[in-house]
Amino acid sequence: MDGGGQVRNAPRPFDNGWIDDIRVNLSAVERRTSSLPGRRTVKNESQAAWLLKAITCIDLTTLAGDDTEGRVRRLCAKALRPVREDILASLGMGDCTIRTGAICVYHRYVATAVDALGDSGIPVAAVSTGFPAGLVPHDVKLREIEASVQDGAQEIDIVITREHVLTGNWKALYDEMRDFRQACGKAHVKAILATGDIKTLRNVAKASMVCMMAGADFIKTSTGKEAANATLPVSLVMLRMIRDYHERTGIKVGFKPAGGISAAKDVLNYQFLMKEELGREWLEPDLFRVGASSLLADIERQLEHHVTGRYSAYNRHSVG
Amino acid sequence: MSVAHYFDTMGYGSAPEADKEVRAWLKTHADGFGHFIAGQWHAPHSGHYFEALEPGSGKTLGKIAQGSQEDVDLAVSAAKAALGPWQKLGGHGRARHLYALARMVQRHSRLFAVLESLDNGKPIRETRDIDVPLVARHFYHHAGWAQIQESEFPDHSPIGVVGQIIPWNFPLLMLAWKIAPALAFGNTVVLKPAEFTPLTALLFAELAHKAGLPDGVLNIVTGDGTTGALLVEHPDIDKIAFTGSTEVGRILRARTAGTGKSLTLELGGKSPFIVFDDADLDGAVEGVVDAIWFNQGQVCCAGSRLLLQEGISEPFIAKLKRRMDTLRIGDPLDKTIDMGAIIAPVQLERIKKLVEKGVSEGAELYQPSGTLPASGSFYPPTLLTNVFPSSTVAVEEIFGPVLVSMTFRTPDEAVMLANNSRYGLAASVWSETIGLALDIAPKLKAGVVWINATNLFDASVGFGGYRESGFGREGGKEGAYAYLKPTAWAKRAPRKPLPDVPQAIEKQDGFEFPDIDRTAKLFVGGKQVRPDGNYVRPVLSPKGEVLGEVGEGNRKDIRNAVAAARSAEGWGKVTAHNRAQILYYWAENLSARSDEFAQTIAKMTGDSKAIARKEVETSIRRLFTYAAWADKYEGTVHTPPLRGVALAMKEPIGIAGIICPNEAPLLGFISLVAPLVAMGNSVVAVPSERHPLAATDLYQVLETSDIPAGVINIVTGNSFALGKVLAEHDDVDAVWAFGSAELSAQVEKSSIGNLKRTLVDQGLETDWYDPKAAEGTVFLSHAVEIKNIWIPYGE
Repeated sequence: MDGGGQVRNAPRPFDNGWIDDIRVNLSAVERRTSSLPGRRTVKNESQAAWLLKAITCIDLTTLAGDDTEGRVRRLCAKALRPVREDILASLGMGDCTIRTGAICVYHRYVATAVDALGDSGIPVAAVSTGFPAGLVPHDVKLREIEASVQDGAQEIDIVITREHVLTGNWKALYDEMRDFRQACGKAHVKAILATGDIKTLRNVAKASMVCMMAGADFIKTSTGKEAANATLPVSLVMLRMIRDYHERTGIKVGFKPAGGISAAKDVLNYQFLMKEELGREWLEPDLFRVGASSLLADIERQLEHHVTGRYSAYNRHSVG
Repeated sequence: MSVAHYFDTMGYGSAPEADKEVRAWLKTHADGFGHFIAGQWHAPHSGHYFEALEPGSGKTLGKIAQGSQEDVDLAVSAAKAALGPWQKLGGHGRARHLYALARMVQRHSRLFAVLESLDNGKPIRETRDIDVPLVARHFYHHAGWAQIQESEFPDHSPIGVVGQIIPWNFPLLMLAWKIAPALAFGNTVVLKPAEFTPLTALLFAELAHKAGLPDGVLNIVTGDGTTGALLVEHPDIDKIAFTGSTEVGRILRARTAGTGKSLTLELGGKSPFIVFDDADLDGAVEGVVDAIWFNQGQVCCAGSRLLLQEGISEPFIAKLKRRMDTLRIGDPLDKTIDMGAIIAPVQLERIKKLVEKGVSEGAELYQPSGTLPASGSFYPPTLLTNVFPSSTVAVEEIFGPVLVSMTFRTPDEAVMLANNSRYGLAASVWSETIGLALDIAPKLKAGVVWINATNLFDASVGFGGYRESGFGREGGKEGAYAYLKPTAWAKRAPRKPLPDVPQAIEKQDGFEFPDIDRTAKLFVGGKQVRPDGNYVRPVLSPKGEVLGEVGEGNRKDIRNAVAAARSAEGWGKVTAHNRAQILYYWAENLSARSDEFAQTIAKMTGDSKAIARKEVETSIRRLFTYAAWADKYEGTVHTPPLRGVALAMKEPIGIAGIICPNEAPLLGFISLVAPLVAMGNSVVAVPSERHPLAATDLYQVLETSDIPAGVINIVTGNSFALGKVLAEHDDVDAVWAFGSAELSAQVEKSSIGNLKRTLVDQGLETDWYDPKAAEGTVFLSHAVEIKNIWIPYGE
């Protein structure tokens, strides 16, 4: 059990049978994701509530070559107070602690973020294993994970070796992922599939299943550095695999779309998909995260609009 | 509810679409809607109105005129008056009007969507995202057909004044499907919307008028079934196009029989939804949602019979039930629902009764536990398992959100179960194996087959049924022919009455050396067989000389011939090249005996030898024509707006009965038999009643031409009596009858049992020597069914 009361996923023996009969039809997937936004919507109070919930699921992220300690501390400050207090008060949520789901940084800034977030309970996630391409030596990847955990990271976002997927070498993918999982120890591990690189939905589905079989706590779409970011069709396929895995094992694996989700209405569509495909439980940060950097600012504007009835502007909300 | 409440529950809340504009429009007609005739509102002549109700609440939306004889007369005469000027406008002129209608629909799309949702009870999502965009698309597409009509259909003319009767399940979309092609090709229209859902048709007429559509081109008469009947019976109506129940379709076929009105019917269905064990099961579950919980299942092509391969049946049903639990039912204008209201309490009752019957016959019922709105007509999504082909709910069209599920073991069994129905509208096939999916699609008796998809529609792709799901296609080039007639046929005049049968002259050859007696039997299943009744009829020359005797066929001979034809169905599966070869060979073998045939024809008809020789020569030429067409009358590839294609395949209809005319005993026979046989049908032909020897002499020619046994069966005898038996036979798929007007009327009337396709001449004589009137695509188009196979693709 972990803090969220969930039984944590653990590696189980590799079973080809779990991936052999996976079939995905692209057109059918697209039809579902294109019609869903027309079938579900939230307005007024429910919209404000869903957007606040989305904030609690954001992995507030900075993964840039020009990151510095100062930059990371500023982001952490935003994670602690993501929404203006007067807005929360007007929404009747003044008593409620709204914080982002995590802060996500490179290994170099894990210690900084841990320090900045103090005893807030906001976990620090480190991207790892030679992020984003994942082509450094395997033992270096394991040492990188161990170092980040050592520095206080509670979550590790690993990248898989795309070659294993592209060549259908599922056992190699499984072995790699199992090693990552073991290196993480108590830290939770999110497996980044880099769906923009592995291209087909069948690959996405099979890679999802293999990573879960090898003990991933979360499966995540993208690094944000591939040509294609998270999409609803890719997400739907991953969610269906999470559901199948849950049906087979009773274990709930989390999902994290990342990259390109910058508008409030986009994150709502992901939330609808989570609720419709997996259920209410998967709307909380222990099972749902969104990797994003600019999404929060748009949500803040929508929340203020809800309160005042006037369209808002970015400069009315503090930057992270 | 507070933000905190939603933050905790993460419920959706409600999100109703505004209806202010629609209510304002309804208010402008608060005194009651009239009929829309010749560009104006007309109060009903009788003064009678009925109420349009909102299925979602049961409340009144407006007062609707009840159409009477006077109203229908007025509308038909307006359409008739507009016909000439509308045609004179030419294709480009009409294209401009259809384009304007497309733009008009787009301009007012939300008004139409909200009104349709209110009047019909279907979710605003469907009217906004599916119905109305398809309506606009239909007018755009048909603006294009009007534009290129003269070059694409040079041998065809508009039919005239068209009466159209449409159902309540897609009120505006069905209006578009009906009027867009009718108007594009130069017809004028009187349309009767469904009694339950007249409002979008009235709004459309009003806005079309404002958009400049000339007066009288489109007239709307509202009312119940009696108004529809008046339209059907009106003598100035040239064609009836109907979408609705099979029961009413039968009545319309009977009522229009012998009137010369052309008729297209788009009727009911019990469409199979086949899931193989190599399908994307989650994708297929969503397919089921679109198949049976779209428009509350009130869809003629709803995938209502789920056929699951045994190995995946259990997990599939589990996935399906889980998915059903997430469906939301509620106010049709709410943007967070999946299903709205059932059209009316009477339909709700019908659904309930059929489900009760299913359960009483042993079906297991599954309905999600959510609550339904307190007022209005609502019914939950429903799954019935433990259902078998013999269960009532597996046979009857329920027309509601009720799915029945059965299993199969092999692909063959899937096809067998899928085709075990009187209907043949649509089918859905789910498999990730291209070879399997493309093998199954042609084997299904359905006008539309969706592979790994369901309920896809487009203006460029024909829609319509096999079997008792009706005939005719709507959409695409194939749909154009529902509103056109061959120009060459307009020249046909009523047949001159035949001279009386002469008194038979006794044979008195005395001691002249006698010919060997030749007694023509019937030709059934590739064998010459004695007629069941063991009676014969004499064949006389015009002077009364007995030229021979032929069998007097009766209903049992027809039965046997149809059975032989059914067992020769493999003919439809041999290659087109093979069929072409055999038709050439037939021509070759006929040619070898052409003198003898010419002699027989001359003796029977009294025609000169030269004319008889010309008939034989033209017959040989005609066989060549159809041998040529056999591998060239091909399907087409449609490109609807999706990543994929729709293949319009031309398939044999099955078994055709043919009643040959008295005139041109050989040429008439070959002109009717050859196109059907070339397209892979098996036939039961009744030759010229007066001059049957031209056909019976063919037995040996057929036998030597490699035509498989049972493909061509010939039963001599009384045309009218045998025609009636063929038209009534429920295992005959089509009947072509050429002869008297009475024969045409009888054949059309008798065809209602299985709603077979009929091609009759209404007693008008075809010039069998004129290729434009007597051969080629005008006949071939009646010799095939068009099946559209939708193939979305992508990896």
